[in-house]
Amino acid sequence: MSAVSRPLYQRPLDFKRGRVELAHGAGGRATAQLVEELFLAAFDNPWLRTQNDAASMPRPAGRLVMATDSHVVSPLFFPGGDIGSLSVHGTINDVAMAGGRPLYLAAGFVLEEGFPLADLRRIVLSMAAAANAAGVPIVTGDTKVVEQGKGDGVYITTTGIGVVPEGIVLDGAAAREGDAIFVSGTIGDHGVAIMSKRENLEFDTEILSDSAALHGMVDALLAACPRTRVLRDPTRGGLATTLNEIARQSGVGMMLEERAIPVKPAVAAACEFLGLDPLYVANEGKLIAIVPREDAPALLAALRAHPQGRDSALIGQVTRDADHFVQMTTTLGGRRVVDWLTGDQLPRIC
Amino acid sequence: MKFVDEFRDRELGRGLAAAIAREALTSRRYQFMEFCGGHTHAISRYGVTDLLPANVRMIHGPGCPVCVLPIGRIDLAIGLALERGVILCSYGDTLRVPASNGRSLLRAKAEGGDVRMVYSATDALRIARENPAREVVFVAIGFETTTPPTALVIREAHATGVGNFSVLCNHVLTPAAIVNILQSPEVRTLGTVPLDGFVGPAHVSSIIGTEPYEFFAEEFRKPVVIAGFEPLDVMQAILMLVRQVNEGRAEVENQFHRVVNRTGNLKAQALVAEVFELRRAFEWRGLGTVPYSALAIRCSFAAHDAERRFQLEYQPVPDNKACECGAILRGLKRPIDCRLFGGACTPETPMGSCMVSSEGACAAHYSYGRFRDRPAAADATVCAVEQA
Repeated sequence: MSAVSRPLYQRPLDFKRGRVELAHGAGGRATAQLVEELFLAAFDNPWLRTQNDAASMPRPAGRLVMATDSHVVSPLFFPGGDIGSLSVHGTINDVAMAGGRPLYLAAGFVLEEGFPLADLRRIVLSMAAAANAAGVPIVTGDTKVVEQGKGDGVYITTTGIGVVPEGIVLDGAAAREGDAIFVSGTIGDHGVAIMSKRENLEFDTEILSDSAALHGMVDALLAACPRTRVLRDPTRGGLATTLNEIARQSGVGMMLEERAIPVKPAVAAACEFLGLDPLYVANEGKLIAIVPREDAPALLAALRAHPQGRDSALIGQVTRDADHFVQMTTTLGGRRVVDWLTGDQLPRIC
Repeated sequence: MKFVDEFRDRELGRGLAAAIAREALTSRRYQFMEFCGGHTHAISRYGVTDLLPANVRMIHGPGCPVCVLPIGRIDLAIGLALERGVILCSYGDTLRVPASNGRSLLRAKAEGGDVRMVYSATDALRIARENPAREVVFVAIGFETTTPPTALVIREAHATGVGNFSVLCNHVLTPAAIVNILQSPEVRTLGTVPLDGFVGPAHVSSIIGTEPYEFFAEEFRKPVVIAGFEPLDVMQAILMLVRQVNEGRAEVENQFHRVVNRTGNLKAQALVAEVFELRRAFEWRGLGTVPYSALAIRCSFAAHDAERRFQLEYQPVPDNKACECGAILRGLKRPIDCRLFGGACTPETPMGSCMVSSEGACAAHYSYGRFRDRPAAADATVCAVEQA
């Protein structure tokens, strides 16, 4: 039998001991194999199965929103999640905060030569599970490999597209004097989970990242309160920085009540001895909602009725303020400015 | 959170505020200096000023370690990182202190220096053990509280033969700085800074005790209350100071009984004495050269002294001419009196050292209190938020 007529045999990827090689990003057979045996197998859906470079789908009715988010979190695996699930949740949430029902995701991977295939598989399976749970398929993607020492394991960029229901207009510039400000649960969980892993801190109860896709809760709150003005997820820079962004965009001030802001005792304790302020610590599964004052009771009820929003709280109100200060009545009863985050308190948090 | 929330309680705060208002005589003013940046931070972070009567004023003192670190010392560290190729470790805030030529340790890192932020001196020693082929230098800063941990790692490096580890020592002493302020002409003769008493730092006294303050309470006739760092600690200390002033007493009192005693931590003091000796003089930002106000590493640990090991020579560098950090650190001026404040100098782009750490007078005022600088009419409608 001639070599030409032998059946082609390709040794499957070794997901136990194998490592990422430069060839996996070179576009040849090795790339095709990685795509088929890992990405396609995990994300399986009709768009990916075509194996075209781009996914093609009919245009949905309504206004489209699109968001993209790169993820460089360190460590890659942390209590309550990993870079894979985080990269799905992060982009879904960006779409959802614009009022969009997320429809499709795209994923770009930058892999470092030598990264264990077992870890990569774990990350990809976690992405697939997160996308499945959210009901948002990953329809196209890309993989590149950089030489050892030029990356840090895995970086993932995801892009999402969603469609906004009729009648919903959300805008960071829409907050008005007198509006009520809500947060959908305890703050600082994600950042402290990452820090506790990095610093090997141990607590009686493990602090888990709150990484989660929030579009379900957004659906519920918009149904209860279609006049919602602003939604935003307080990720990097935390609650404080996100509120400052909104205050500047809307040309308003804010007055918060520190005692009303929910913080888990373990997170508060960790922040105490790490010298962090929970107001500035990242969240990956919380949202800020700003609504007209009249709608506040309906919104709070809708948030608390949702499993992700049980700890929701009214934390303050929008004020008229030419300087766009976000201020807070402290636990002690004094007053302070809650300023933008300065510098980089916690690098590579997401 | 247990053992913390109690010390930030609104009702107790109101009670203390009422007592201070009741006992402070309306016929006079009370000006107290909180020496330590930790107190400055607590006062600003919790809005303690809002609870004090108008005639009780707090002056922020120089007790913020990164604020008093002169440019020349940071220049030495930058030189080690960029020219000697060492792994340079330090605490977070130190990395942002402005040095010569618009540099800082963070900038030096961006320029290729191997600069690492550590949470403790022990981390720096660990990095030295993990990188035996590299020189590792720990930039040690801080008052008496952070000195024993530095002493410990130097002794350990010495005992276990970690030959690539050294310390650039910038440890300074609290009592020397307070005496310097009290002896300054502004306080002593000119009367431009009427100081009626001091809130002393409890963390420092957990090491040195309350005793070192007794001399100048008596000599300068100024009451001192050693206080903890929670807002209610500070308020109680203020009440104790008001009482001392009213009764004509000038004593050292201890508000922080839960940790501090008269003699302090004798073991820690012995450790510090074993590793460090007094410097004849040391330059402080804002205060200038202050005699016997800082520590150097003893000869017996010379191998771990970065100044000897790399034959560093200190070059004093003047601060930016427009920067008022010096006057602010001595209580002569307030942050708002500096024309750089909030414009050219912000926490993002600090020009003076008081703007670097959240314990610095300028950064604390900018980050927490700058709404107080605007006219009352411009201040937003402030209503307590009704709990849902």
